[in-house]
Amino acid sequence: MSDDRLARVLLTHEVAEFLYAEAELLDERHYDEWLALLADDIRYWMPMRRNVKYGEAAREFTREQADIAWFDEGKETLTRRVRQIQTGIHWAEEPQSRIAHFVSNVQLIEATPSVADAQEVAAKCRFLVYRNRVETETDLLIGKREDTLRRSGNGWLVARRKIILDQNVLMSKNLTFFF
Amino acid sequence: MTTNGPRGYRPGLVDLATGQISREIFVNDDIYAEEQERVFARSWLFVGHESQIPNPGDFFVSRMGEESVILCRDRAGAVHVFLNSCRHRGMKVCRYDDGNTTVFTCPYHGWSYGTDGALVGVPYFREAYHSALDKARWGLVEVAQMCAYKGTVWANWDAAAPPFLEYLGEFRRFLDLILDGWDGREGQAELLGGVQKWLIPCNWKFPAENFSGDSYHNISHRSVDLVGVGPSGKSRRDYGELDVARKLHVAIPDRGHQTITYVLPSGHQPQPAYQNSPEVAEYFRHCEEERRRRPGANSRLIGAPGEIFPNLALLPRQPRTLAVWHPKGAHQTEVWRFFFVDRDAPAAVKNFLRDYYIRYSGPAGMTEQDDMENWNYAHAASRGVIARRYPYTYEMGLGHAVENYEWEGLLLPGRVVDLTAAQASEEPMRNLYRRWAEFMEADSWDELMTWRRNAPREAVAAK
Repeated sequence: MSDDRLARVLLTHEVAEFLYAEAELLDERHYDEWLALLADDIRYWMPMRRNVKYGEAAREFTREQADIAWFDEGKETLTRRVRQIQTGIHWAEEPQSRIAHFVSNVQLIEATPSVADAQEVAAKCRFLVYRNRVETETDLLIGKREDTLRRSGNGWLVARRKIILDQNVLMSKNLTFFF
Repeated sequence: MTTNGPRGYRPGLVDLATGQISREIFVNDDIYAEEQERVFARSWLFVGHESQIPNPGDFFVSRMGEESVILCRDRAGAVHVFLNSCRHRGMKVCRYDDGNTTVFTCPYHGWSYGTDGALVGVPYFREAYHSALDKARWGLVEVAQMCAYKGTVWANWDAAAPPFLEYLGEFRRFLDLILDGWDGREGQAELLGGVQKWLIPCNWKFPAENFSGDSYHNISHRSVDLVGVGPSGKSRRDYGELDVARKLHVAIPDRGHQTITYVLPSGHQPQPAYQNSPEVAEYFRHCEEERRRRPGANSRLIGAPGEIFPNLALLPRQPRTLAVWHPKGAHQTEVWRFFFVDRDAPAAVKNFLRDYYIRYSGPAGMTEQDDMENWNYAHAASRGVIARRYPYTYEMGLGHAVENYEWEGLLLPGRVVDLTAAQASEEPMRNLYRRWAEFMEADSWDELMTWRRNAPREAVAAK
């Protein structure tokens, strides 16, 4: 295998491992450790989706930082969401939900400045979030993610996350969890 | 189902003398079915905003109760609301959320309708129908009445219903609090792009009564108060002026609309708000000063959660939204939430508010999430045969409402409970369910327009 191809395999694997480890923190409710993986300037955006006519794909998603979204925020708000769960009286998450994140189809889209010396990486993946709470309440949320990861020391930070949920009317009563 | 006969809502299920309401009205499928006919087919319902359809051919697919409807602007510029169902076999003629078109073509057999609702295309009209089909009779079903008010569009299936503004009555000034600009100029509200739509497993009346003015449930939001999402970084909202304001429940009898509102003392100066951003803080300080210079009672009113009968909630202040509680069976509600900003506000102000709205309201809203948990499991725990034997109590503040409430020269309409000391009452919920029961009992709008019978007395009271 050429050095270039090997570097690409290694980087893709490294990115996937990071995304799995991040999901592990969320599923194990280690929220403070999860927050530490988010860059201070993170943008975390989950647009809403419209049913539009073929050929009008540009209108399918609500616009970032212009229209309403399911999420459109930075680290401060994400931190407040974690703190709210940690009050123990955030009734929508008390008792806490049982959540499992599945991350798959990890694709390396871009590495800057190079694959061999990647300081920033754009990656796509699929997600499946299973949420079960109280007795039988169950949600299944499936979609795509576009992440930008930034190298920080020996690891990575999430610098940007675009979450594309494959739903129109949200079929869950709330989004008290993270993607 | 236990009722005192067909007209037994009051006192059988809705007993306003004691303030007791049966759980049946929330969980009973037969009552739900009757409610669709008696409440939703006769009430004025919020459909959308004119800014969603600025150009000829623009459409926005909305809902009225369980029905899908199309709000659209025809080629001549006139606004219509149509039932989204082909007259031939019922297929939805439009399954897009919005867009622009010249015709709505049914995917099933190809009937097509103009944006004015006229049936313009019938495949094999000559061959199969022998040109005998009377196309003029088979256009899209249009609502009986429609009204555009300061950009908002409302519709009603009942031709006998009173005009929208008469239906709104003296509640109009509270709707104005959200539709007028922050500086008090008329009709300056701009709808932000994107309507949040989501499902809650509860009867639509749980959110409707909550937004009618349930200030008693503030305790359920303690987690978000502790964490702070407000526009000054604390609590949920900026309410600095509440230290000096009177906190009121205002319920408009005979209409079923009700709200919380705050009345400022005369001569009150704007208080610091939106402290997370100097630019936004300055914008609102300027607007508040402008508003105080304008004549009219609304300059001293601060908007708060309210409900226009039956299923439209307004939150005129923070965050500034309208929500529609679309019934979807007795046990499910589909919420549509619309968000507003001042049209002329700087982009930075609009952005700041949008961020605040999203972290406050809707399924990801740190405040609203806890409401939905309560509505979900209150509904779930009320469905059993044993649970249904025990009514809910709505007796809080019974007998403490007054008419002709006045404070420092500002007279308020309807029945008012001063909450400044009491904090909470259930007068708004009693008002909502009184009206609901009247709709369930009345056979026609003639019976429901009690104010027309009382007109001479109301005219005297207004003087």
